[in-house]
Amino acid sequence: MRERLITRRQALLGGVCLCCMPSLLRSAQERNSPLRTQEIAPGIHIRRGAHEIATADNHDAIANLGFIVGRQAVAVFDPGGSLFDGERLRRRIREITSLPIRYVVMSHVHPDHILGAAAFLPDEPTFVGHARLPDALAQRGDYYRERVAEVLGEEAVGSIVQPTMLVESRARIDLGERILELFAHPIAHTNNDLTAFDPQTRTLFASDLLFVERVPSLDGSLKGWLEQLPVLISSGAERAVPGHGPASVEPEKAVVKLRTYLERLLNETRRAIAEGVDIEDAPDKVALDERDKWTLFDEYHGHNVVQAFKELEWE
Amino acid sequence: MKRIVLMALACICSSAALAQGLDDEAAREARWTQLKQAIFPDRAMRDGADVLALEAPARALDAALVPLAITTTSVEPIKTVHLIIDNNPGPLAGRFHFGEAADPSTLKVRMRVNTYTSIHAVAENSAGELFVVEKFVKAAGGCSAPAGNHDPDALAEIGRMKLKLPSGIAFGKPVQAQLMIRHPNFNGMQMNQITRHYTPAHFIKTIDITYEDKNVLRVESDIALSTDPVITFGFVPQAPGHLKVVVHDSKDNRFEQSFEVPQPSVLSMQ
Repeated sequence: MRERLITRRQALLGGVCLCCMPSLLRSAQERNSPLRTQEIAPGIHIRRGAHEIATADNHDAIANLGFIVGRQAVAVFDPGGSLFDGERLRRRIREITSLPIRYVVMSHVHPDHILGAAAFLPDEPTFVGHARLPDALAQRGDYYRERVAEVLGEEAVGSIVQPTMLVESRARIDLGERILELFAHPIAHTNNDLTAFDPQTRTLFASDLLFVERVPSLDGSLKGWLEQLPVLISSGAERAVPGHGPASVEPEKAVVKLRTYLERLLNETRRAIAEGVDIEDAPDKVALDERDKWTLFDEYHGHNVVQAFKELEWE
Repeated sequence: MKRIVLMALACICSSAALAQGLDDEAAREARWTQLKQAIFPDRAMRDGADVLALEAPARALDAALVPLAITTTSVEPIKTVHLIIDNNPGPLAGRFHFGEAADPSTLKVRMRVNTYTSIHAVAENSAGELFVVEKFVKAAGGCSAPAGNHDPDALAEIGRMKLKLPSGIAFGKPVQAQLMIRHPNFNGMQMNQITRHYTPAHFIKTIDITYEDKNVLRVESDIALSTDPVITFGFVPQAPGHLKVVVHDSKDNRFEQSFEVPQPSVLSMQ
């Protein structure tokens, strides 16, 4: 991906906001161009998401996503954060292969990962999700769609696509001489996390069970998530594609940093509850030593503390 | 490294907020005038800055769980606090009636907030006078979306309660207690996209708290209490005894639990 980075100092040069106008022009050009992806292992192409919150400028292209090319078919693992993001991914797939896109795996309910599914409707693929994804989409799909449409504009956001194949615990999909193993996890990052493993290259598509660089966001169960970390390692993966962070990471190293954050969140929230700290004051007290280790900490950490608090106060 | 897009968002947001703010000031005022008339028809209402204070986060971390604190410092005893979340689908979020064994000075609740809104706390004293204070809260989606991921748990344990008391209770002096109730408090606003049916509403309607048969607090609530509601309130125990909590919900369930308030030195009970 062509990274559009600029320092705050550069942006502020001249004391005016330089960011808004040119972005509109750039936006239109970009919409019609394929995504930049990186082939992290033979036949596995990943687009690295930006460590940003969703904006009109980034089309909600903030999560890692990609595709796996088999002998007969292509599987998408996370179709993108918006219709635009999904369409650009689809264009990229067509640059690389003309094989049919037979599977679109939706790793969990969060819009930055799966709102792009509508871009693949013309391919009539099997949309694969966790057995609890339909429920989660029923509760939140419209809400997410509306919120993202508010930021990106109505035309940038596709319709909500329901999975057509549900995974209760494990499943396999066949791309032609390439099997992709799917795992439906118990409640962790959300209550509908699905990961995939490609035995051929020993690549784990961990999605948001693994955050690297960007602060994790908790929307399921803190204790549940900690229990899933050993599962990620025991898959025997040589490399993992995190939901946010570099396109490919060494699983054990990445898990250690994530575990440190989650354990701090657990221990310090427990301590705050024991000390009688109120839920509204806990975000200013819990796990602040992690602040310098993650991007977007201020955007998500407070919410994580609230989630942890309401889970742990019932212990 | 800072990325330009974050700044772009900041630009867009601030100008949009500015534009909205100008429109909304008048709209908010009109909304409150209307609500006031509907809830307290033809009753005089005074600025309550000297009588009560409302604490609320300017921006909610979780719209389904917005902590609010109402403190009162009235000479004339406060009988009821009315909580109105103006832009919620059911604006009258709760009525909190204080009984003879209550200490109305501090009340904390967690509410769902559906959109950017003014929140009004109206205190009513024993003479029937009304005093109002207001806060503006930025939050979105607390009602119509994200029901928590813990709903199965909440249903499995529905009606379970916990009471937290401070250590060192002095009888005859106000005590702050925190009551936690396991309840999904489904508000009936989430539509199932497959069946096109709404998840049926299932929420707490009343909570009655008494201490040795003396009234402490009666909560009349609506869909605006958060899932697994938590309420902090004050009461004045004259001697060791039992705090009794009775909850009624919209499916006619009745949950009752009694908590011992013993001689000092016990921290919390379950």
